[in-house]
Amino acid sequence: MSAKPIATTRSATGIPTGRLAVWWLLASEVVIFGGLLGSYIMHRVGHPEWAEAAAHTQVWFGAFNTLVLLTSSFTAVLAHQAAESGQGKKAAKFLVMTMGGALTFLLVKSIEWTIEISHGYTITTNTFWSFYYTAAGLHGLHVIAGAIIMGFIAVDAWRGRELQRVELIGIYWHFVDLVWIFLFPLLYIAK
Amino acid sequence: MIETLQQASSYAADIDGLIILVAVLTGFWFFVAQGVFFWLIFRYRAKPGKKSKYVTGREQHLTRWISFPHGLVLVCDVFIIVASVNVWYDVKQRLPEADRVVRITGQQWAWTFQHPGSDGDLDTDDDVYVVDELHVEVDKTYHFHLEARDVMHSFSVPVFRLKQDAIPGRSIMGWFRPTLVGEFDVQCAEICGIGHGVMAARIFITDEAQHAAWVTQNTPNR
Amino acid sequence: MVEATAEVWHAQHEVHEHHGPQGVLKYLWSTDHKVISMQYLFTGMFMAVVGGFMAYVFRMQLAFPGSSVPGFGIVSPGEYNSLVTNHGSIMIFWVAMPVLIAAFGNFLIPLMIGADDMVFPRINRLSFQVFFISALVILGSLFVEGGGFGGAWTAYPPLSAKGVYNQTPLGATLWLIGVALEFVAFLLGGINFITTLMNARAPGMKAYDIPMVCWMIVIASILFMLSVGPLIAGAVMLLFDQTLGTGFYDPAMGGDPVLWQHLFWFFGHPEVYVVMLPAIGITIDIVATFARKKLFGYKLMLYTTVATGVLSFFVWAHHQFISGIDPRMANVFMVTTLLISVPIAELMFVIIATLYGGSIRLATPMLWALAFIAEFLIGGVTGIFLGASGADIYFHDTYFVLAHFHYTFFPIAIIGTFAALTYWFPKMFGKMMSDKLGKIHFWGTIIPFNFIFIPLFVLGMGGQHRRIYNYQHFPDLAGADFQRLRIIATVALLVMLAFQLVFFYNFIRSLLRGEKAPKNPWNANTLEWTTESPPPHGNWPPDQMPKVYRGPYEYGRPDRESDFWPQDEPA
Ligand code: HEA
Ligand code: HEA
Ligand code: CUA
Ligand SMILES: [Cu+2]
Repeated sequence: MSAKPIATTRSATGIPTGRLAVWWLLASEVVIFGGLLGSYIMHRVGHPEWAEAAAHTQVWFGAFNTLVLLTSSFTAVLAHQAAESGQGKKAAKFLVMTMGGALTFLLVKSIEWTIEISHGYTITTNTFWSFYYTAAGLHGLHVIAGAIIMGFIAVDAWRGRELQRVELIGIYWHFVDLVWIFLFPLLYIAK
Repeated sequence: MIETLQQASSYAADIDGLIILVAVLTGFWFFVAQGVFFWLIFRYRAKPGKKSKYVTGREQHLTRWISFPHGLVLVCDVFIIVASVNVWYDVKQRLPEADRVVRITGQQWAWTFQHPGSDGDLDTDDDVYVVDELHVEVDKTYHFHLEARDVMHSFSVPVFRLKQDAIPGRSIMGWFRPTLVGEFDVQCAEICGIGHGVMAARIFITDEAQHAAWVTQNTPNR
Repeated sequence: MVEATAEVWHAQHEVHEHHGPQGVLKYLWSTDHKVISMQYLFTGMFMAVVGGFMAYVFRMQLAFPGSSVPGFGIVSPGEYNSLVTNHGSIMIFWVAMPVLIAAFGNFLIPLMIGADDMVFPRINRLSFQVFFISALVILGSLFVEGGGFGGAWTAYPPLSAKGVYNQTPLGATLWLIGVALEFVAFLLGGINFITTLMNARAPGMKAYDIPMVCWMIVIASILFMLSVGPLIAGAVMLLFDQTLGTGFYDPAMGGDPVLWQHLFWFFGHPEVYVVMLPAIGITIDIVATFARKKLFGYKLMLYTTVATGVLSFFVWAHHQFISGIDPRMANVFMVTTLLISVPIAELMFVIIATLYGGSIRLATPMLWALAFIAEFLIGGVTGIFLGASGADIYFHDTYFVLAHFHYTFFPIAIIGTFAALTYWFPKMFGKMMSDKLGKIHFWGTIIPFNFIFIPLFVLGMGGQHRRIYNYQHFPDLAGADFQRLRIIATVALLVMLAFQLVFFYNFIRSLLRGEKAPKNPWNANTLEWTTESPPPHGNWPPDQMPKVYRGPYEYGRPDRESDFWPQDEPA
């Protein structure tokens, strides 16, 4: 494919097509996580004894990771601002910082899981832990995917290309952040 | 065909009545819709030199042909809802006083029926366990506890018009009151693996004397 | 001047075509929406033949239990379950969805809104590639050790979750992966359909100028997108139950098997409207064209459709009336279920009313479209029997349910597809199909169709349950009169399958030696008929992209000489 089709350049609604697409993508993601968390909450209500299991999660690791993600969301905003004003290189730098946040998050997560698994809490221990690993794992996959895509966009941005995509990955990143904001209290804190 | 299928429980006739009510109401609209449909096709076939009418669908005198039926369909819905809630409440929500209690357990791929023995109580030493045969007495109200050992099964007695899924980990209560003496099929109505197609059982409905005889004969002496 | 540029453009376009990757590769890696549409169409058609073959095998087994089925052999109970399960899954996920939504959506949306392609051509291609892999996975799952999955297309756990229960651990996992990949493909495709319709419309095309079929496909995509999420989450949990030994659906480990049913049907019911809406859209466009009539109430139709979509999220538990949910909840879901008859009746009435005052020409596509209405009504009203919770105690999981949904699915997936295929064939392939052969095929399909499924209604009322490979084990169902009905249904199926040969003959013959199709063989208004048949790469020369001046259904205007008024014709 050489040039973009005419269709891509049109905007009958006035909203850029890329942004529309990201919103719809997020809509479908919201229902995926909604289904998972909804299922978890239903179970949780039916099993008060899970509070005991939840007490064994590493709350401080979770809290630290919340902080990490919030910071990375902030750098994503800065990247967007830089891209808006056409500063591709600056945007790329901020994106790299955001990716650093993602990496930190994953690193902390893996230490945390190692501790938990070494204490004997694995995905098959009981359904609380199954939900714990599944929900956090699915979220972790989103972090990984987001970071990889961010890498490609950062390279493009460095060369001053496709700057509008910086905003799109930013929207996505806020969503990943938001999901964690839900996961953290539900999995770690609720007793 | 539904007439040839016997009504062997106290609520079978109610369920059939509901089905007939739905059949009449929807049947009416079905035939009206199809009638109008075919009449329009026939009436407005293309004729040379005749142009179609230009109708936007906003003309009051035409839209009422749709909006009236609409209201009426809603009214029909209300009738069906009321009738259905009644039947549903009677069969599934209410639990009339029981004369007997049985326990029904589904597993791959057989039914185990636990009948009360001579003492008339369930979960005592003299309970009668029979595989794939449920023996009940006519005109007695039964409660059943429905359980599953492994996967989902569904306890279905077509002549009773009764069906209930059995879920592993739960014990589901329900009731029936046989009204007809005879021997009928019990089917498993939920796919439960390779043997789902052979998970057949029979229900034997007998009168008081015969049932008592069956119980004494089968009560284990302990 | 304009002519000249067009010629230059065509010349360039030829050159361009000879430079890309060659042969099959070019076909596989094309991002042209029309090529992708064909890929979906032919994959779907192939899968329809597979699903039809499965129906043939298990219907033979039901009619002549225990005898060897020509072309398959003896059907074991496990094979029977697997055939039924995969027949249902394939027909819904690999026939109805790819053909109605993906093939026609891909072909029609850009052409009908006057765009040169989808807004994300490469995502579009990726969507097909994922879909294609999912098809290979589901087909492959039939041949692995232990055989294909046999726990029904609804895959209720614990049966689907544990290999010891279903005895097809590999088949079950592959089935699940196949279905999940298919969902991913349609999420990718859906984003494309929605954003394309929203943003890539031709200048002048306002929301109410969009042909109904585009609206329907896009609303269906939105429904799909908003309903499938929980099931994707549920599928991940099921996959972990199968492979890692978690217990999301295992009561012994604190899980709940009924959870899956909620997640499945929360998707499952909107899903039936996901496939229904495109078929209704197709019907509307064809009926308007062949009755030479404006659609009776465009906005009414659109809003009703949206209402149906919204309501469809609140009816799911009507599949679970007797599955052990709280009996009080059944009342709520019964009410919503019955209420949905109102908007759907409206859709039907509007289409029927469109015939009023028309000038109806019964060409093959029109026959199919009208047959869709006539047959779908049967499926619709029988849904009310099931929606009435009291009656569903009896009907649940009987052949009555089965006949109900074949009377909806068959009109949608088969009749609707044939309507669309015969209508847009000239545009898709640049050739005309034979009307005579088309009519033979039509009657040869419609008449046997009713002979297959009317007997199944009767069997269902007689208490025959689903997914049972041999009714001889049930004394009350083993009677000769029941068996006669089963044989009638099977024989009717054989007749119908034989008539499909007429279709394939017509299809191939028209492709090879059909009369060349003009730009606008049906004198229709919508934009796809303003370009060549078949449309070139880019659909229109870049400097002649259409502009839109009016709605799609301006037929029979009294103030005009001709009885149609194309959307792109300046006033
Ligand atoms: C595209 C497919 C499709 C469509 C459109 C529908 C449409 C409807 N379905 Fe169906 N259904 C299925 C596919 C479909 N269904 C499938 C696949 C299953 C089984 C799944 C499985 O278990 O494997 C199923 C099962 C199913 C059940 C569960 C049965 C059971 O397992 O126990 C129920 C119960 O309520 C139901 C109801 C309805 C209703 C009320 C409609 C309504 O939308 C119909 C509305 C239409 C009309 C009503 C006709 C037009 C109106 C009039 C002519 C006016 C007159 C009407 C009145 C007076 C009410 N369906
Ligand atoms: C779209 C959905 C769809 C379609 C079209 C069909 C078509 C058919 N179905 Fe199926 N069926 C299901 C969906 C569908 N089915 C589902 C969901 C189930 C439940 C599964 C379960 O319980 O888990 C089921 C189950 C089911 C059973 C129940 C088995 C059991 O419970 O024991 C039976 C029994 O007779 C049956 C029969 C048939 C028959 C005879 C056809 C015939 O109409 C088939 C005729 C064949 C063709 C029409 C194909 C020919 C192909 C072409 C000519 C190519 C044309 C090109 C294109 C269409 C692009 N089906
Ligand atoms: Cu037990 Cu089916
Ligand atoms: Cu439904």
